[in-house]
Amino acid sequence: MNFDWRAAWDSVPRLLDGMLVALQATVLGYLIALVLGLVFALLRRSQQPWVRMPVAVVVEFIRSTPLLVQLFFLFFVLPTIGIEFSPLATGAIGLGVHYATYTSEVYRAGIDGVPPGQWEAATALNLSRRRTWTAVILPQAVPRVVPALANYVIAMFKDTPQLTAITVLEGLSVARSLGAETFRYLEPFTLVGIMYLTMALVMAWLARIVERRFGRVRAV
Amino acid sequence: MSAGLLRHLLDGLLVTLQLTIFGGALGLVFAVVAGLARLSRSRPVRALAFVYTEGFRGLPALVVLFWFVFALPRLGFQMLPLFAGVLALALNIGAYGAEVVRGAIRAVPNSQLEAATALNFTRWQRMRLVVFPQALVAMVPPFGNLLIELLKATALVSIVYIPDLTFQGQLVRAATGNTAMTFFGLLLGYAVIALAFTGFMRWVERRAATSVGRQPEPGLVTRMIRRREVAA
Repeated sequence: MNFDWRAAWDSVPRLLDGMLVALQATVLGYLIALVLGLVFALLRRSQQPWVRMPVAVVVEFIRSTPLLVQLFFLFFVLPTIGIEFSPLATGAIGLGVHYATYTSEVYRAGIDGVPPGQWEAATALNLSRRRTWTAVILPQAVPRVVPALANYVIAMFKDTPQLTAITVLEGLSVARSLGAETFRYLEPFTLVGIMYLTMALVMAWLARIVERRFGRVRAV
Repeated sequence: MSAGLLRHLLDGLLVTLQLTIFGGALGLVFAVVAGLARLSRSRPVRALAFVYTEGFRGLPALVVLFWFVFALPRLGFQMLPLFAGVLALALNIGAYGAEVVRGAIRAVPNSQLEAATALNFTRWQRMRLVVFPQALVAMVPPFGNLLIELLKATALVSIVYIPDLTFQGQLVRAATGNTAMTFFGLLLGYAVIALAFTGFMRWVERRAATSVGRQPEPGLVTRMIRRREVAA
């Protein structure tokens, strides 16, 4: 069977709609990951061991298990306890929570990178704990990890095809239904691959610009 | 849970372990070949390796997997599903691994290269006897992370009906109707496998460090047993 250019061209608009959904999931999920990751990072530095340790266990657990199974868990279990989200929202939450465990490591590296003298200076100025964090530590820790954080946008975007398993109509789902309707699988799957690749490369290029803008500080 | 269902889960576990181990082994080959090729003197070889690493780091593994399973047969190539899974995962993880290999080789101090040159080593001897063994030590920890990423990625194959742990888990869910417990059990299972792989990679890391005469990083247990160092 040869590549049918006509069929390929006709499927482009629907595939692009799917890619738009993938982008929406990425943006929503990323916002969750940015906020929740910072929360995880701060809780893991808590002075209370009974806060620090359970958070560490939960973060390590989420990070070492497949996103796909976590998505199934959210998709099938949340409704049974009376929490109803749209598939897209469920997917964004799944992506966000999963990647929060990665961003929390990035934040941690940024916080560790703030020189100890800054903490001592804050103590010497008799700043409260909250004020030390918001006025001294975080303003120095966060900008230096922006490039590392930017890289996780791309990683998250490339995980959005997994949302097909929980019925979100993103690019891969659209390609699958196009294949089922027309019995042509080559064209939609090739096109969706090209679309993902192109968008990921554009994002990587943007991330490199961000990296240059914020200077090259490597997070571990 | 009946013995029959347990049997399903064990079968799935076996498939997941196969995918991880074979995918990891093949991915390692791709990583070393592509990583070395990116440092080649020949421009076409470098370009080819560049296209591979950038391409497969930009493509979602699941899309590659769907392409192998559903699109490629239309061009007249049909792979065994399990092989398609191993290949898709290996191509993906190999592209990330190639960057690790390249970085580790470039991080070997220049003086080592100069010393090898002074000893009249050929280019190949220099790489094989001096640079690569040292770079290998630096590669092990990031490879450990990639192995866990690979293990997590194996769950993707369940979407193309390869009967791995996640796929069998869904059968168990359908049979028992106990959704929350099944998926939580699955997650726990993956976490335990990940822990085992992490332990194994720590062991490799320590072996690699001592093999070039370096003090290995202390492990978790050592750190807990060891007397706390006096704070400065």
